[in-house]
Amino acid sequence: MLVASNLQKEYPSGAGTLAVLKQVSFTIPQGSLVAIVGPSGSGKTTLLGLLAGLDVPSSGTVSLDGVELNRLTEDERARLRGEKVGFIFQTFQLIPTLTALENVQVPLELRGDFGAPERAKMLLEHVGLGDRMDHFPTQLSGGEQQRVAIARAFSNSPKILFADEPTGNLDGVTGAKIVELLESLNKSSGSTVVIVTHDLTLAERAGRIIRLRDGDVVEDRTTSATPPVPASSTAR
Amino acid sequence: MTGRWRWIPSLAWRESRTARRRLLLYMSSISLGVGALVAIDSIADNVSAAVRLQSRSVMGGDVSFTSDTRYPDSLKAVLDSLARTGPTMATVVTFTSMAYAPRTQITRLAQVRAVGPTYPPYGAVTSEPANLWGELQKRPTALVSPSTLISLDANVGDTLSIGFSQFIIIGTTNSVPGDPGLASAIGPRVFIAEQYVASTQLLGFGSRASFETLVRLPDGVQSPQWVEPIRARFRAANIRVRTVVQQEENMTEAIGRLADFLGIVGMIALLLGGIGVASGVNAFMNRKIDTVAVLRCLGATGSQVLAIYVTQAALMGLAGAAIGAAIGVAIQFALPVALEGTLPLDVTVQIVPKAIGVGLAIGVWVALVFSLRPLLALRRVSPLQALRRDAEALEHQRRRDIPSHLVNIALVASVVVLAISRTDNWRRGILVALGIGVSLLLLWGSAALLSHLARRLVAQRLPYLLRQGVANLYRPANQTRSVILALGFGAFLVSTLYLVQANLLRQFEVSAQAARGNLVFFDVQDDQRVAIDSIVQATGEQAVSATPLVTMKLKSINGQTLDVWGAAHALPRRNWAFNREYRSTYRDTVVVTEQITAGKWFGGSGTDTLSEMSLEQGLATDLAVSLGDTLTWDVQGVPVAARLTSLREVNWGRFEPNFFAVFQSKALSTAPKMFVLVAAISTDTVIARIQRNVVLRFPNASSVDLSLLRATVLEIIGRITLAVRFLALFSLAMAVPVLFSAVAATRRDRLREGVLLKTLGATRAQIGRILLAEYALLGMLGAFTGMLLSFAGAWALVTFVFDGQFAPALLPAFLIAGVMMTLAVAIGMATGREVFRETPMAALRDN
Repeated sequence: MLVASNLQKEYPSGAGTLAVLKQVSFTIPQGSLVAIVGPSGSGKTTLLGLLAGLDVPSSGTVSLDGVELNRLTEDERARLRGEKVGFIFQTFQLIPTLTALENVQVPLELRGDFGAPERAKMLLEHVGLGDRMDHFPTQLSGGEQQRVAIARAFSNSPKILFADEPTGNLDGVTGAKIVELLESLNKSSGSTVVIVTHDLTLAERAGRIIRLRDGDVVEDRTTSATPPVPASSTAR
Repeated sequence: MTGRWRWIPSLAWRESRTARRRLLLYMSSISLGVGALVAIDSIADNVSAAVRLQSRSVMGGDVSFTSDTRYPDSLKAVLDSLARTGPTMATVVTFTSMAYAPRTQITRLAQVRAVGPTYPPYGAVTSEPANLWGELQKRPTALVSPSTLISLDANVGDTLSIGFSQFIIIGTTNSVPGDPGLASAIGPRVFIAEQYVASTQLLGFGSRASFETLVRLPDGVQSPQWVEPIRARFRAANIRVRTVVQQEENMTEAIGRLADFLGIVGMIALLLGGIGVASGVNAFMNRKIDTVAVLRCLGATGSQVLAIYVTQAALMGLAGAAIGAAIGVAIQFALPVALEGTLPLDVTVQIVPKAIGVGLAIGVWVALVFSLRPLLALRRVSPLQALRRDAEALEHQRRRDIPSHLVNIALVASVVVLAISRTDNWRRGILVALGIGVSLLLLWGSAALLSHLARRLVAQRLPYLLRQGVANLYRPANQTRSVILALGFGAFLVSTLYLVQANLLRQFEVSAQAARGNLVFFDVQDDQRVAIDSIVQATGEQAVSATPLVTMKLKSINGQTLDVWGAAHALPRRNWAFNREYRSTYRDTVVVTEQITAGKWFGGSGTDTLSEMSLEQGLATDLAVSLGDTLTWDVQGVPVAARLTSLREVNWGRFEPNFFAVFQSKALSTAPKMFVLVAAISTDTVIARIQRNVVLRFPNASSVDLSLLRATVLEIIGRITLAVRFLALFSLAMAVPVLFSAVAATRRDRLREGVLLKTLGATRAQIGRILLAEYALLGMLGAFTGMLLSFAGAWALVTFVFDGQFAPALLPAFLIAGVMMTLAVAIGMATGREVFRETPMAALRDN
């Protein structure tokens, strides 16, 4: 489903260049729950950006559902994201001027889908926020905001969902609940979930861990957690 | 609407929830500019409509025949025979005379209008008490303007002496067709019946009067067609012929010119507002980068993002323009009240939908096109910004970014098209647009220079607070350019208005104050001069000068008739210089109001038989004559030839007698003449006494108290000054939202920096001093650059448009610059107040 091949990302630095990612290659099948871990500066977020098509590699390729992302223009990548990708951010990144319901509707509205409000309501109820639909982000707690973000991420029935430190701004109890929610949605929807985290406990709950250090993949193993469910469409 | 765009308007509206007030504040930068345009266009439309409806009343007829002398019998017969075919003819004789009120013993120069029985052919005269106009024809009575009663301190029922005749004042006039209210403020009016003019004995040798016949044509008869067969005959007799169509065209053209001039001011105000919009939207855009990054992650294309925020800008631009249109309509309704009595028309104030529509459309367009420049950058917001704050927020702009180039072209084209539409002339429009462009470039350049100098000159030895303030001028994403542009352009506009006004009015003030005497007698006959001189000396005062006046007409040049001379020099036969009656003088010295610009003053360079003469240089050009030419004049039937030996530049603005043609004494000393006497009198009481004694003995001699005239001129100057000050204040008011928008652009950076400084130990006072240093420097450079530009702009206007001499009025210019600088500091400190409120925790949380 997602194939990274010899990914390299460099940035200009002083007189030369700084390689943040060095020849990273792996394949992530549909329906997996994968954690990418590593210390600060290991290249996790850079890798996430490349896999999601938010950035282009200096060399190498990323293929999402058979489509090579670096061959697409920025707008084509944006459309692809709207069709197939969901996002969850460490800082939630809800649009502050929209209500919870309106935030969840955004990906559907950008695609021009009919029925956006109805689907958004269903998703918010599914994440337990049916009674907070008309609240603005500033009126929600951190955990509630992240649940809205999760509902938004699943609104376009993504093939793949990227979560960047989804529990980074939450306390332990809330964070655990968020992870449970992600797991259940992963199982029920069959979406591939890629989580970037430095939390090893969270990482162990994923079916596979890819560890980065200094831009290299130093470990790529499955875990003792429940194996990923093959792709299905139960929660679309 | 296709799928991907279906939800964009609704998303745009919802997403704007917390930003609407701020966006509206930025868009209010254009409100005053739109208001000015709507007001100007609406008022011009209302006045033009009034002209179309009332031009007959304003002129008094469909056709007007006017002459400085009585009509020849042959032409009188023509008019009499035409009157028998249907048109109504009405006559009026107008002349100036001293009006004397025996009860109060006050005398004033007045304009006497002696009307025939059918005057006015259009409209009606309203009087107080009512219905008195017809009484004038029945007995020697007079209706006067209210200002006449006041100036004579007279009452209805008093006797009024005009020349050798006496009239009873039976009432005052409220409105008279063809006689604007403002005119009576300058020259008091007296209306009598034409049949009593002879009894005044004032229209004798050398007196000046205007003989007018007004014609009312039957319905369906068009004035141009009616007058065409006879126009040439009347023109040949130096009788001016005017039709109501010409009158309407002249008035409409005059209104159009004034509207164009004010429209340029409004347009510049609107463009200044556009600069404010651009700055404000830039600030708005900086706040939206995070949201846009998220939208990009969620699948929004660059076009969708742009459409969302352009929709917001357009809606708020429409709101700002609508506010402006409302302001414009309010001004439209208020202005006629302020101008009451000064216009010769009754103007009905009506909403002009076209003016409002055009104002709205221009306002929205300006708001959009100025918003697009900063908004286009939103297409380049990287979705990575949602993941990493330290990522480049904006992707690198491609050189061939066609939409950006198109927007730049649209901006420039908008300025040019607006300028051409407001000036109604493409050349002038392009010049105005060029002037604006050059001013903006110079301001931009001075901002760049300031940043450069600030970086070079700030030295470690300067106190930290000053250094920090100066450093803010050149740090990345500084606001130096936008603030200096907004401030400098505002200062330029206000200062130019003031300088032009000061220069134009200076000429009048200098003229009014420089006259050596303060009491002038004119129409003084030769045999009355000594006696009037004695009356003056009897009060212990002195006559300053006695200037002879000889009336004449030009007959030939270098032996050639005027027709031949005109044809040889490609001059039109209707050349004013050929046909006018000249009042010339003779003397052997140059006077203080003249300067010799070519040749030599009289000094024996003429031959024994030929005298010398001097011409005003403009007249010499219009006659196509040069030094050494011989001009022959008809002096009441006697030919007098003189050789042109010098040219003069004359200060016509001075109150002393000035002349186109001055002759050597020997040329005209024996010619029939009248005199202008000027006396310097010490007190108003003595002036009044002298005037009374002269008018009692010599009613034909008119006199003017120059101090009164000066006061009237200064009163008119005061009204003009008030209008200009209103325009200047209007421009200043507009600068406020523009400056707010310009300063808002870096609000976030300022806030972050301020709370960080507080975290590091800075007190509120120290942060205040940093802000003060920055804004004082910005204010100073912006205001003074604008001031310097205004000297150039005012010089160009005064020199090329008003044909005047420019002198920089330094004190008002510096005062305006000071006010603008203070405004910049005040707005800067006001927008920085958040820094004082926020706690250091805010900075840490934000990062």
